[in-house]
Amino acid sequence: MNDLKAEDDALKAARRKRSVALGLVLGVVVLVFYALTIVKMGPAIFNRPL
Amino acid sequence: MALVEDTVGIGYAAAEARVGDYFALLKPRVMSLVVFTALVGMLLAPGTLHPFVALVAIAAIAIGAGASGALNMWYDADIDAVMTRTRNRPVPAGRIAPQDALGIGVALSCFSVGLLGLAANWVAAAFLAFTIFFYAVVYTVWLKRATPQNIVIGGAAGAFPPMVGWAAVTGSLSLDAATLFLIIFLWTPPHFWALALYKKGDYAAAGIPMLPNVAGETATRNQILVYSVLLVLTAFLPVLTGMTDGIYAFAAAALGVVFAVLALHLRLAEEGAELRRRARRLFRYSLAYLFVLFVVLLADGLLVKWSMLG
Repeated sequence: MNDLKAEDDALKAARRKRSVALGLVLGVVVLVFYALTIVKMGPAIFNRPL
Repeated sequence: MALVEDTVGIGYAAAEARVGDYFALLKPRVMSLVVFTALVGMLLAPGTLHPFVALVAIAAIAIGAGASGALNMWYDADIDAVMTRTRNRPVPAGRIAPQDALGIGVALSCFSVGLLGLAANWVAAAFLAFTIFFYAVVYTVWLKRATPQNIVIGGAAGAFPPMVGWAAVTGSLSLDAATLFLIIFLWTPPHFWALALYKKGDYAAAGIPMLPNVAGETATRNQILVYSVLLVLTAFLPVLTGMTDGIYAFAAAALGVVFAVLALHLRLAEEGAELRRRARRLFRYSLAYLFVLFVVLLADGLLVKWSMLG
């Protein structure tokens, strides 16, 4: 019984770590695309009809 | 108990996969070599990139290499499970399900090509896509299990990254970029055949037709010697094309002489334990050779590039 609980906790911990890692990766991707847009387009990015 | 059973009888418990397993799926050691050679191509190419764009381009090439690794591990799970060198990889060890490896490989391939296209240019992105295709399909699916020349032709996939790096800067390819390709292309056979000589049993158990298993140890050592001589001579091409100068020529000569001597030493070895020892020594030296050669190539090439600019 205790073994099953320990196994379950280990599974949950592994899943949580994977979720955090995936979240961090997605955050980095968003930042990279944001920064890339600024670098590639520069101030011209604001140069558009509103 | 296994959650899923596949055709080769490996149990998979994907829910227990750690973050490190997903990283291992991308073959980080291969990725580091790809990053290094692509960076050399990028820095030696005529022209410049914004440092952030260059960083993103290198990351895209690294992710593309990782995607190829994941696709390779998906397809080769059955033979990886048999070989001592590869049986602890996440798919054959049962920590990541094969269909997950396939999904990650395909998703990262698309992402890396798109990212490189948006960051640098679509010529480099197309070339990266071709490189991933070449490694995952031409080498892994087709050549690896079909012919003892697998790593000769398949070696092209490992030789493309400096050309991708070059294309990321220039948007085109040139003779200098092809020279970098040729050096890695000719380096691959002696490197992998030296490994295959002392891991012969592994490849035989997995049923992979590596040259030592098909043609024998003597024929393999002859081929190693021929490719080593070709490599040592080809390493002087960057001097002839004017990409580098005297410092590199000296390094290429010194490193090349040692490479050729080790290959000759392997050729003259008696079959048995001594042969495997010399094969292991050539394999290790080949890694150091390529790294040092490219470091000197980069340093000397940058000096030439800056002197032309200044």
